[in-house]
Amino acid sequence: MGAGGAAGAALPGERVRISRLTRMLESQKVLAAALLAPGVVILLLFIAYPFVMALWFSLTSIRVGDPGEFIGLANFAKAWNDTIFQTAFKNTVFYTFWATIFKLALGMWLALLLNRHFRFKRLIRASMLLPFIIPTVLSAFAWRWMFDPTFSVINWLLYHSGVITDRLPFLSDGDWAMWCAVLVNTWRGMPFFAITLLAGLQTISPDLHEAAALDGANAWHRFWHVTWPLLIPVTLVVVVFSVIQTFSDFQLIYVLTGGGPANSTHLIATYAYQVGVASGLLGEGAALSLFMFPVLFAVVWVQLRFMKRMEGA
Amino acid sequence: MKRRKFLKSVGAGVAATGLGGILAAHRAPVFAQASTVHILRWNDFVPAADKVLREVYVPEVQKALGIKLNVETVNANDIPARATAGIQSGSGPDIIMLLNNYPQLYAAGAVDVSDVAGEVGKAQGGIYNLPKSMCTVGGKWVAMPWATVPALLAYRKSWFDEIGVKEFPKTWAQYHAAGKKLKAAKRPIGQTLGHTFGDAPTFAYPLLWSYGGQEVDAKGKVVLDSKATVESVRFMTEFWKDAHDEGGLAWDDSNNNRSFLSGDICASLNGASIYVAALNGADKFKTEKGAPLHTDILHAPLPAGPKGEYPYHTAFTHMVMKYSKNAKAAKEFLRWAHTKANYEKWVVVQKGFAVAPTRDWEKHPMWDKDPVMLPFKTASRRGRHMGFAGAPDKKAAEAWNKYIIVDMYAQAASGKMKPEESVKWAAGELRKIYT
Repeated sequence: MGAGGAAGAALPGERVRISRLTRMLESQKVLAAALLAPGVVILLLFIAYPFVMALWFSLTSIRVGDPGEFIGLANFAKAWNDTIFQTAFKNTVFYTFWATIFKLALGMWLALLLNRHFRFKRLIRASMLLPFIIPTVLSAFAWRWMFDPTFSVINWLLYHSGVITDRLPFLSDGDWAMWCAVLVNTWRGMPFFAITLLAGLQTISPDLHEAAALDGANAWHRFWHVTWPLLIPVTLVVVVFSVIQTFSDFQLIYVLTGGGPANSTHLIATYAYQVGVASGLLGEGAALSLFMFPVLFAVVWVQLRFMKRMEGA
Repeated sequence: MKRRKFLKSVGAGVAATGLGGILAAHRAPVFAQASTVHILRWNDFVPAADKVLREVYVPEVQKALGIKLNVETVNANDIPARATAGIQSGSGPDIIMLLNNYPQLYAAGAVDVSDVAGEVGKAQGGIYNLPKSMCTVGGKWVAMPWATVPALLAYRKSWFDEIGVKEFPKTWAQYHAAGKKLKAAKRPIGQTLGHTFGDAPTFAYPLLWSYGGQEVDAKGKVVLDSKATVESVRFMTEFWKDAHDEGGLAWDDSNNNRSFLSGDICASLNGASIYVAALNGADKFKTEKGAPLHTDILHAPLPAGPKGEYPYHTAFTHMVMKYSKNAKAAKEFLRWAHTKANYEKWVVVQKGFAVAPTRDWEKHPMWDKDPVMLPFKTASRRGRHMGFAGAPDKKAAEAWNKYIIVDMYAQAASGKMKPEESVKWAAGELRKIYT
């Protein structure tokens, strides 16, 4: 009885609470804040905090087990004059540029093919995503085996089919190793381009193509004057994502070449890891990795401005 | 039972069992904390040794000391990241196995193990100088030497015989001449000059020293850009083209094992893991004539240069981490593991691949069993450390970690730079470290 009485007594209060909460959530500002809060907390914890810490580390002489002291921009100056870093920076630009070009060209080609009607279309579309789904470390290991200096299956096939007489130096020659890394990155990233561009292609009305065809436009003209202009916004978004991911790539190079031979494939991220984590020079490692920030910021800014201009047009 | 009476009796029970104190202190009792020790080590190139840790040490140390040993093994190249993460976050394995002069890098995060080193050294004929130099900072032991993997050349005796080289070359020039003939017969020398922790530096540093080159002088001044260093790089450039499997620029520490065991290379600087694998897999690894491969393998030191022969052997050490709440138990475990009876169980399965850090083990009967392994018995007596003639300190460790000496040879061998340019580059990089 007593309990029932207590519950009965609480009911009006609960009603008041519920109605207050409901009223609060009816306000668009409060609702927006409530919905945004989890995302903001995650961003602050996992993006902003590490970024601010990295910024602080880069301005100090912190080493593993030693908090160090404030040294201003000395770590940045050291990195700027570091020839391995200079090589890594050039490598990163080369790697990002070519991998993005290939991913875009091949991804577009694949998307156009997949946009046609053929048997097992859905199965092929799904299986195309496999390189993107497989963890990078696993696929990089598989590629490393295929490019192995001694036991490469590619070399074995080419040798036994009489195409080559000497093994190809996939990973043991600096230039070859870099192109191999570009190839693996393209293989891994192309499905992302293809599937996103395919989604973009499917939003283009077939009527536009029919109208262009009736006006006598051939396949190339239809692509260049109808498909491509309508795909540009999607393409720019994909390219921005890809540039960010490729420029800061770590796993693939770490597994495939370890930055070798003789630093020929070191990227900023792998060199920053080698200095910061493996050598325990956390301040220098943070400074090295922060060199990526202005470059990526500039890329994103330019592309977003371009997109805005296009939307305005 | 009424509520007040129940709470009173529970409170009395809590007090009687000591839980009240534990709850008040917000900490587990000391005996409970000390009962688990987490050790992080590499995936041993002799898998039987990891088996001993897991299947023999784990139950026996539990029985002897009440310590629950948790053995975790990872790729050796990944250990530094774990150590850095552990020290910075203040949590991780209680003991971390470190290579070469890594103890110098992580000294600030280490527990002093001078007492353990003192006891073990005293009981077992003294610790060799090379591991001692890696593990001590200012006279304090920051890590306990566990083993040394001596680097010697494993070679195919019959292949060298066939080209008329009955005794293994004693000088670089002789080795070059023999290698040239063998490469022409599609039996090149296999050597990594890649970014890998073991075989690349254990080859590159001794080559430098054998010509009289060195990174720094005794005062820590960079003296790498010398005529002697240029000579050594010039030699290596020719030697590489004439005698080596040029894929070695991309090899890690396991590639030469695989290449040797599959009959692709005639010689390689290595620990004894090639021979041990051939011995353990006698049915699997055969010569081209069908004989067990291990019967055609011998070991020799690296050839001498104009200034002699100075080997580098990889030191494996255990650091008890300062952040560990089980540091006392971790040290007890090390004491227990280093007793002759316990250490023997691990070291005998190594068959000489890894040797003990103390001199008494040279007398162990295991060395009477296989004459092929005899060169490993006393290999630890000699050897220089990275950063010679300076200290094997964190600057030397940084230079090693950046593969500066290895890349000095790799850049010239691959044709990316001329020998003089490569030496100049390496000296410049060293100066940035030794400022």
